[in-house]
Amino acid sequence: MAENAANATQLPLSEFDRAYAKWRSDYSGQIGNDRPIRNRSGIEVKPLYTPRDWSGDRYNDALGCPGQHPYTRGIYPTMHRGRTWSQRQLIGLGTPADYNERVLRILEAGASAISLIPCNSAFRGNDCDEVDFELLGTCGTVVNTADHMDRALRNVPLDRISAAMNDPSPFTLLAFVLATAKRRGVLRTAVSGTSNQSDYISHFVANHMFYRLSLAGSRRVLVDHVEFCRRHVPKWNPISVVGQHMQQAGATPAETMAFTLSTAVQYAQDCLERGMDIDDLLRRFTFFFDISISFFEEIAKFRAGRRIWARIARERLGAKDPASCRFKFHGQTSGVELTRQQPLNNIARVATQAIAGVLSGLQSMHTDAYDEAIATPTEESARIAIATQNILREEAHLCDVIDPLGGSYYVESLTDQMEAEIEKVIAKIDAAGGMFQAVASGLVQAMIGESALAFQEKIESGEQKIVGVNCYQAADDAQADRPTQRPDADRMRAHVEAFKAFKAQRSQVEVSRALDALSRAAGSKNENVFERVVAAAESGVTHGEIVSCLRKELGFGHPLIVA
Amino acid sequence: MRDASPRQWENPAMNQLSPPARILVTKIGLDGHDRGSRIVAAYLRDAGMEVIYTPPWQAIEAVVKLATEEDVDVIGVSSLATDHLLIPKFIRALRQAGLDHVGVAVGGIVPPDEIPSLIAEGVSCVFGPGASRAEIISHIAELAAQSRRNRADDLLEIP
Repeated sequence: MAENAANATQLPLSEFDRAYAKWRSDYSGQIGNDRPIRNRSGIEVKPLYTPRDWSGDRYNDALGCPGQHPYTRGIYPTMHRGRTWSQRQLIGLGTPADYNERVLRILEAGASAISLIPCNSAFRGNDCDEVDFELLGTCGTVVNTADHMDRALRNVPLDRISAAMNDPSPFTLLAFVLATAKRRGVLRTAVSGTSNQSDYISHFVANHMFYRLSLAGSRRVLVDHVEFCRRHVPKWNPISVVGQHMQQAGATPAETMAFTLSTAVQYAQDCLERGMDIDDLLRRFTFFFDISISFFEEIAKFRAGRRIWARIARERLGAKDPASCRFKFHGQTSGVELTRQQPLNNIARVATQAIAGVLSGLQSMHTDAYDEAIATPTEESARIAIATQNILREEAHLCDVIDPLGGSYYVESLTDQMEAEIEKVIAKIDAAGGMFQAVASGLVQAMIGESALAFQEKIESGEQKIVGVNCYQAADDAQADRPTQRPDADRMRAHVEAFKAFKAQRSQVEVSRALDALSRAAGSKNENVFERVVAAAESGVTHGEIVSCLRKELGFGHPLIVA
Repeated sequence: MRDASPRQWENPAMNQLSPPARILVTKIGLDGHDRGSRIVAAYLRDAGMEVIYTPPWQAIEAVVKLATEEDVDVIGVSSLATDHLLIPKFIRALRQAGLDHVGVAVGGIVPPDEIPSLIAEGVSCVFGPGASRAEIISHIAELAAQSRRNRADDLLEIP
């Protein structure tokens, strides 16, 4: 990182020095008032990078070739030239029937993967008959039972379609999927997908929306869930470690990567303590990140992240299989950067973020719709978001060359500096006793709060310009007046009524038996709670009943508020 | 991090209030995105107001109770994921509790076509993404001053 002229072995040294000295003096003479520029992670960015900053003599150790340790240039030998990223748009609105209509259209359009976002009421651990009716289905689909899941996934072949569920602990959506599979005669071993939002630590840190159980209770259930999936649902990714919430909440890109990797270490260690095999475990780890518009910083963040994870997996966690060292990640363009002002400008922002994601070598991507700072996306805005990915993939020739920025003096130097910054934060978390402790004590939340406020100060002071917000303001365009779509109230009312009728009609004996077994499992150290969640789902127990039973046994998830 | 030098956004209106304006910053409903409410709470506190901050997911009745006990001038409700649809219920509950003088401002993501109905219900202002600190502070300060005046008028009417 320090300028190291000795590294510049490729060039005749004296000639380079002369040229550099002349540039330095020309630059200083012409630039005028040259204020220092720092990226969001606090790293000072210089006006020019040269072989003094990165000379390539550490190529093998620092970069390697794609698909080779330490995977800086990509986790597979072919990367996007072989197979481009998968498009995984998150959807979920209204009743299960509404969702089914939309998901079938997406599948007809050629998608091979689907996702499901449940209603906020489900995120809070409630059934649809327990919350304000006005809010039902406005942010996600109202799925409370195995029947609801069966309806939502009607005509969706569970043995062929990969299903990502936004499904925090205690993972009732996966339980409903498994119950549905059983009804349809689909083997558990054939079901594939990902438990998004399984990362409870990120919820306690930054997105309080998703947790239902206490911090310690969530820890227990996650390990049970991973153990169950590794044993019975081998094609399911039980853990998706989420950096997105932290960055959206204000953590810098370097902090985000550090917190995320520390979280992954915590989960891996918890599972190891349970006796799981590290290589069997890590091959199913996936990561989920925000891609901000701080273009080169994001690219350096991901390249450094890949390198650090490979090292952690091998050296710290003792993985032997190269697959364990592969840092597989999904990227979502940053919603918090979209503006309400001149909303169509957001199409340009999303495209820029998405290019950074592609150049970073991501495995799957969600592009935000341009109207997300105004409302839940419409079909039109969702279509443009997908088209943005198609244009980048088909027209822009971004996928022709693997890691095209590799070897750039700037990008390599920045990758090194981001790595150092990330390592610094990881060391701080380690010193605090690991991620679980660092969150329980509020350390991580305090760091994020400080970074969020500092960034906001930059916007307020005009140091960080945002087009249409603190510069280039213009009258908002007319499309802001278009009507917002809300779920059909009659259909939702019928859905709630049918749910109440279902609860009254099902076998109460079976329900109490399943809930008793669930409580007993939670109270015992030797039973797997998630196994009982699946059994309960199969017996007609509802989401709200399962969560409420576990809250009694394992503690309610209250926010950890730090001053 | 914060300097003590005078800021141009400081609004004289709020400094006139004595004791200082009391603001409740809260989230009702089901959503937990709280970056905005935290930042706004910090802004108002730094501007000299007394801020009562709650975590997300407050029940409407709980907020009304807290507003009464804490004797607040203004309630700021943050809504990022459709919780603003509960605002009509919320305002009704405030009125029923006799808190007519308390100003209500909303911040977050509210679709433009749904803003007029919130204003009609009695919300003074909806701050979207990109609202500046200066705007927020000066509006809340003004709202607090208005709330005090309303209350003074109410008291005068008591025979």
